[in-house]
Amino acid sequence: MRLIGQIGEWFDRRLQLAAPIREVSEHRVPRNTASWFYVFGSAALTIFMLQVVTGILLAMIYVPSGAEAWSSLQALNHDVTLGWFVRAIHGWGSNFMVAVVLIHMVQVFLFGAYKFPRELTWIVGVFLLLMTLGMAFSGQVLRFDQDAYWGLGIGASIASRVPVMGPAIVKMMLGGPIIAGATLSRFFALHVFVIPGTLFLLIGVHLLMVLKLGINDWPMPGRLVKRATYEAEYHQLTKTDGEPFVPYAIWKDLFFSAFILLAVAACAVYFGPFGPSGVPDPTIIQTVPKPDYFFLWLYALLSLLPPSMETPALLIGPVVAIAGLLLLPFLSGEGEKSWRRRPIAVLTVLLIAVTLGTFTQLAGHAPWSPQMNAWSGAPVPDKFLHGSTALQRQGALVFQGKQCRNCHSLGESGGQRGPALDSVAVRLTQDQLIRQVIQGGGNMPAYGKNLSPAETTALVAFLVTLHPAGQAAARDAARDAVLKEAPQGSVPAQP
Amino acid sequence: MSQENTVTRRGLFMKLGILFNGVVAAALAVPIVGFVLSSVTRGRGKGYLSWLPLGRVSEFPEGETRLATFRNPYVTPTDGKTVDTACWVRRVGGEQFQVFAVNCAHLGCPVRWFPQSGLFMCPCHGGVYYRDGSRASGPPERGLFEYPYKVENGLVTIQAGELHTPAESAALLGKKPPCA
Repeated sequence: MRLIGQIGEWFDRRLQLAAPIREVSEHRVPRNTASWFYVFGSAALTIFMLQVVTGILLAMIYVPSGAEAWSSLQALNHDVTLGWFVRAIHGWGSNFMVAVVLIHMVQVFLFGAYKFPRELTWIVGVFLLLMTLGMAFSGQVLRFDQDAYWGLGIGASIASRVPVMGPAIVKMMLGGPIIAGATLSRFFALHVFVIPGTLFLLIGVHLLMVLKLGINDWPMPGRLVKRATYEAEYHQLTKTDGEPFVPYAIWKDLFFSAFILLAVAACAVYFGPFGPSGVPDPTIIQTVPKPDYFFLWLYALLSLLPPSMETPALLIGPVVAIAGLLLLPFLSGEGEKSWRRRPIAVLTVLLIAVTLGTFTQLAGHAPWSPQMNAWSGAPVPDKFLHGSTALQRQGALVFQGKQCRNCHSLGESGGQRGPALDSVAVRLTQDQLIRQVIQGGGNMPAYGKNLSPAETTALVAFLVTLHPAGQAAARDAARDAVLKEAPQGSVPAQP
Repeated sequence: MSQENTVTRRGLFMKLGILFNGVVAAALAVPIVGFVLSSVTRGRGKGYLSWLPLGRVSEFPEGETRLATFRNPYVTPTDGKTVDTACWVRRVGGEQFQVFAVNCAHLGCPVRWFPQSGLFMCPCHGGVYYRDGSRASGPPERGLFEYPYKVENGLVTIQAGELHTPAESAALLGKKPPCA
C-alpha cells in the first residue's frame, strides 16, 4: 500500500492533477439535485465512451471502400470472433445514445435548466444533439448496404433542392458525380474524425460549464430566476443545503450508467447487429429502402407533405427548428423554472413527442407506398366472386392484372395508398367509377390509355358488385330515368 | 506619447510573426480549398458526362420498356459495384427512344416498371409515372429524368455520368411548357 502511495505521489508531483480532481469531485451541489431525473447527461457521456471504444474496435476490421465495405461487415458478422457482438453493441449504442440525448434534452427543458446563467450550456447542447444525429446518419452510411446507398440518394435529392447551390452541394456531399467509393470515404472521415472530434470538444465545453455554473437546482414552483440575484441565491443554496457531488449525488449516475450499458449489451445479444442488408449494387432495383429508426419520422413526413410544400419545408423547416432551439434561452431566460407552472412548455413537448411518435409509427408500415407484389401475391378473395357473372369475373382478372391491388386493398390485403375497395360501389356510381378509372384524379393515375373499352367495362362491372350485402350500390336517380326511357339492351344493366 | 502606443521590438516581432503565419496560411489555403472543392470544380471543367452505349437497337422490342445497365464513365479504384447504373429504356418505335433514370424525381429511390398497367411505381413514397415518364400521381413534382440519347450504327447511346437529382427541376424553372 505504501508503495502505491509513493508511486501516486511521484506522479502527482509532476502532473499536479490530484488537487483539481479533488476540487471537482467535492464541489457542492444542492441536495435535491441528487435525483434520478439528473442521470441522463452522464448516461449519454457513458454511451459516447462506449461508442468510441467499439468504434475503434470495428475500425480494425472495417474497410471504408465502396468495393469492400459490405464484405468486411459480413466478415465481422460471420468470421471474426464476436465481431457480430461488437457491431451489435455499436449499433444499439447508437440508438440508445440518440434516445438518451433526447430524454436529457426534454428533462433540461422541462426543469428550466436552460435559463440564466446556463444559456450557453443549452446552446452547446443543441449542437451536441445535431452532432449525435450526424453520427447516427453517417453511421448508417458506413453500413454500406442498399439502405445506405439509396439513403444517400435521398440525402442528395434533398440537398439538391437548395436554390442555385444545389448541384454543387450534391457533388460536394457525394465526392463526385454519383454515389460511389469517394462518397463512402468522406462519410468515413466525417463519422470517425470530424464529428467525434467536434463532439469531444463540445462535450468538454458543456461539462466545464456544468462545473463552473453548478448543476441546475431542482425547480421549485414560484422560485423565479432573476439575473440580478440568481447566482447569489444558488451559491447560498449550495452552502446551506448542499453536499459534495462525490459521493452524495454520483452514485445514482453510476448506477444508471451501468444499467444503460447493460441494456445496450442485452439488446445486442438478443437482437444482434443491424444488417447489412443487400449489396450496394445500383442495378438491383428490387429494393424498398428505409432509414434507421430515428429518421423514420422524416421518411413519413416526406410522403405526407403536399408536393408544393415539400421543398420549402425541407429547406426552411430545419433552419427554423434549430434557430428556435438556439434562441430559446434568450426568449425565456428568466422567470419560472418548474414545469408545474409552465403548461405551454409541457404541451410543446407532448405535441412534438406525439407528432414524431405518430410519424414514426406510420413509417413502420408505410401505408403511402404501393405494395409492389400485391397484384401477383394477393388474389381476389373468393367471397367477392360468389355468384358473379362471366363479365364480372373477367373484371376481377383485369383488376388483378392491372395492379390495382398494389394501391387498393380488397378483403384487407393489398396496398393502402388508395382507399380500400370493399364497398366502393356504395361510394361511387357506375358512371363515376368509369370516370375515375379512365381519368384518374385525387392522386390516382389515369388508366384511359392502358385499358381497352372492353377491359374498362369488365372492370367496372366487377367494381359495382363491391358493396356490403345489406347496403345497395350507389346509383344516379336521373340516370335511372334515362334508362327507363331508353330501349332495353342498349346499355349494360345494373347488377 | 502614452505607454499603450509604444511599439516595442518584441511586440513588433510578435505581430510580424502573426502576419507571417497568416500569409503562409492563406497561401496553403489555396491548394487545400482547391482539393476540397475538386469534386465540384471537376464537373465544371472537363465534365463528368460521356456518351455510353446501352446495347443494339434490336435488343429493345418496339413499344416495350426494358431495364438496361451501364458503367458510369467516372470510376475510382474503391467504387466496387456502385458504378454500375441501371436505366429504363423505352423504345417508342423505330429509332425513337426514351431513356429514363431509375431514380424517382421525388427523392431518388429506384422506380419499377409494371408493363401490365403501364406505370412506373416508386416503393418509397408512392410516386407513380406513366409509360412516357410523365408524372401520374404521388409526391413527385415532375416526370422521370431522361438521358439524352442517340442511335449510331445500330447502337443506342446515352449521355450519362451524373446522379439525377431534383436540382435539374430548379434549372428548368422559367421554362414551363406553354400549356402547363
